[in-house]
Amino acid sequence: MMRRLLIAVPYGWLLLLFLVPFLIVLKISLSDIALSIPPYTPTLDLSEGWAGIRDFFSALDFENFTFLTTDDLYWKAYLSSLQIALISTLLTLLVGFPIAYGMARAPVEWRPALMMLVILPFWTSFLIRVYAWIGILSNEGFLNQFLMWIGLVDEPLTILNTNIAVYVGIVYTYLPFMILPVYATLEKMDESLLEAAEDLGCTRNQAFWFVTVPLSRPGVIAGCFLVFIPALGEFVIPSLLGGSQTLMIGKVLWEEFFSNRDWPVASAVAIILLLILIVPIVLFQRNQQKQAEANS
Amino acid sequence: MAERPSPNQTVFAPWTDPDAVPLIRIEGVTKRFGDFTAIDNIDLNIYRREFFALLGPSGCGKTTLMRMLAGFETPTEGRISIDEQDMAGVAPNRRAVNMMFQSYALFPHLSVWENIAFGLRRDGADKDKIAARVEEMLKLVQLERFARRKPHQISGGQRQRVALARSLAKAPKLLLLDEPLGALDKKLRQDTQFELMDIQEKTGTTFVIVTHDQEEAMTVASRVAVMDNGRIMQVATPAEIYEQPNSVYVADFIGDVNLIEGRVSSIDEGRATLDWAEGQHPITGQASGSLSKGGRATFAVRPEKLYISREEPTERTNRVWGKILDIGYLGNLSTYHVETTGGQVIKCEMINVSRIDRRDYTWDDEVWLSWSDTAGLVLPE
Ligand SMILES: Nc1ncnc2c1ncn2[C@@H]1O[C@H](COP(=O)(O)OP(=O)(O)O)[C@@H](O)[C@H]1O
Ligand SMILES: [Mg+2]
Repeated sequence: MMRRLLIAVPYGWLLLLFLVPFLIVLKISLSDIALSIPPYTPTLDLSEGWAGIRDFFSALDFENFTFLTTDDLYWKAYLSSLQIALISTLLTLLVGFPIAYGMARAPVEWRPALMMLVILPFWTSFLIRVYAWIGILSNEGFLNQFLMWIGLVDEPLTILNTNIAVYVGIVYTYLPFMILPVYATLEKMDESLLEAAEDLGCTRNQAFWFVTVPLSRPGVIAGCFLVFIPALGEFVIPSLLGGSQTLMIGKVLWEEFFSNRDWPVASAVAIILLLILIVPIVLFQRNQQKQAEANS
Repeated sequence: MAERPSPNQTVFAPWTDPDAVPLIRIEGVTKRFGDFTAIDNIDLNIYRREFFALLGPSGCGKTTLMRMLAGFETPTEGRISIDEQDMAGVAPNRRAVNMMFQSYALFPHLSVWENIAFGLRRDGADKDKIAARVEEMLKLVQLERFARRKPHQISGGQRQRVALARSLAKAPKLLLLDEPLGALDKKLRQDTQFELMDIQEKTGTTFVIVTHDQEEAMTVASRVAVMDNGRIMQVATPAEIYEQPNSVYVADFIGDVNLIEGRVSSIDEGRATLDWAEGQHPITGQASGSLSKGGRATFAVRPEKLYISREEPTERTNRVWGKILDIGYLGNLSTYHVETTGGQVIKCEMINVSRIDRRDYTWDDEVWLSWSDTAGLVLPE
């Protein structure tokens, strides 16, 4: 009895906070836009009994999804989001791996402090941190002032409102999600494995490539998914740092919802995004499970 | 054990041959970590095809000495040469030395096969050669059936054998084994000891094994170095270490021993006599080290060298009387703990020739313990 109750809690949680909202969004995506509150039809009217339910279901259709295929804005936005998410994930890995590696090799007594430094940014508002980047990257920003001061450039570089600024923002924001899992795998790696590799004829460099890198793979994969998945639907960073040519599906979704007030199309966009995300999420789960098995 | 004579071959004992060239020369080596001295001025020669054991309590510096041979630590002072080549500044990957790690250090992402092939691949040997060598090694350690498994899919004993095969694959001049059997249970340990000896003989590799288990050292080694606090106390064959320990420390560390303290009353033709208690006969044993008449010394004798009797054995040189405090029955033998003058307890081991119901002695019996004058050693303090 107690056990069932304990199991029921997380399931209830998921049901309430994931499945129910999903069904609502799914329902809206199958509805039609309407000038009313809420801005779509049909709505379920239980006072008419069975007939009401039948009418409700017969009014649902896939119109909005077909609409998404007719306007190339949408699939271009999906593709561009995929591209931006992929590139930023790679960049985050390039920046995050050396940091995680350095942390894992630092003296044990430093590690908690280094870990704090990685997590520290989470303690201030995400929005404020993204705004801060505007101050750094704009034409009169700190970066350009600094570059001109040391004489590297004569006139300010245009970074803000380009995809570069979006990459900077995503890498900066999601870096801890890369560092922490990579660090976790590197930190528990047995030091003697590297010595064994050297003993068997590897140079330090080879030992890194043949032992450290493959052993950090589960952490790297986890980190990549943890960056890629939220980056794909990212909205705040492209709209604050990106320019008019920055096309990301999160931005499109926002505009459908708030500018066009077309909830059904916005919901359809969200459903497709979710379907796209299921692939990496399932792969991520598989990776985690494999890692758990290998550790047991 | 020490000597493994075969019919048409002399006893293997290169350390007795002044012309023999040692494979490893350790000369005046000291290793300090900060102001802590882990290895204290060690001199040691190890010869080709030897199975050499470093024996000592935990923390005495065995691993440190071994890591200096492998190249993971550099001596603070002194010099190590392997095969007449000075090892100073030679990186671990450039030494013809392989090490079997205490933790085995198997690569978890590689299969058994790939683990064994790892070192061979780094040497850039061609594929067929590598495959042939790996198969040979798998056969040597009887793991052919497990070649495709990952390390976490095999048992502890099998992992230990993979580690051994991997470290032997490159046919090193010297194989270092750091507590190789430490993680195995007792039965498997004993079987593996004999397997190790077998493999050592088959491959002709020089083995240096680290252990804190004296039985293990005695079983496998041609010579044993007993270490304490970064120093080597004695280097000798297992039989010599057991029968001729050069100090109380070594005598006490190896096997069971009775230690009786006293004052040297006479030294004569390699025999020393010790007065040790009022009302007891003096004890005579083989003199060892620098003893001085009138100085304090310790007599050491193994329990199995003692004989227990009810009557005073007047014909024996050494005899001590006392009362039985305790009897330990071990099946094949019985251990008698006999309390003598001044609370000194002496252990005596007797083989149980007769069945237990005809056992002659019981608790609180007054008995005599006796032994010959060559049975024990008189060691300086
Ligand atoms: N890298 C190191 N830094 C400081 N002290 C060390 C280091 N390696 C070993 N020691 C010390 O040296 C002593 C000998 O260690 P070790 O050779 O591992 O002993 P054993 O293998 O005989 O148990 C121990 O007291 C240990 O704490
Ligand atoms: Mg050790």
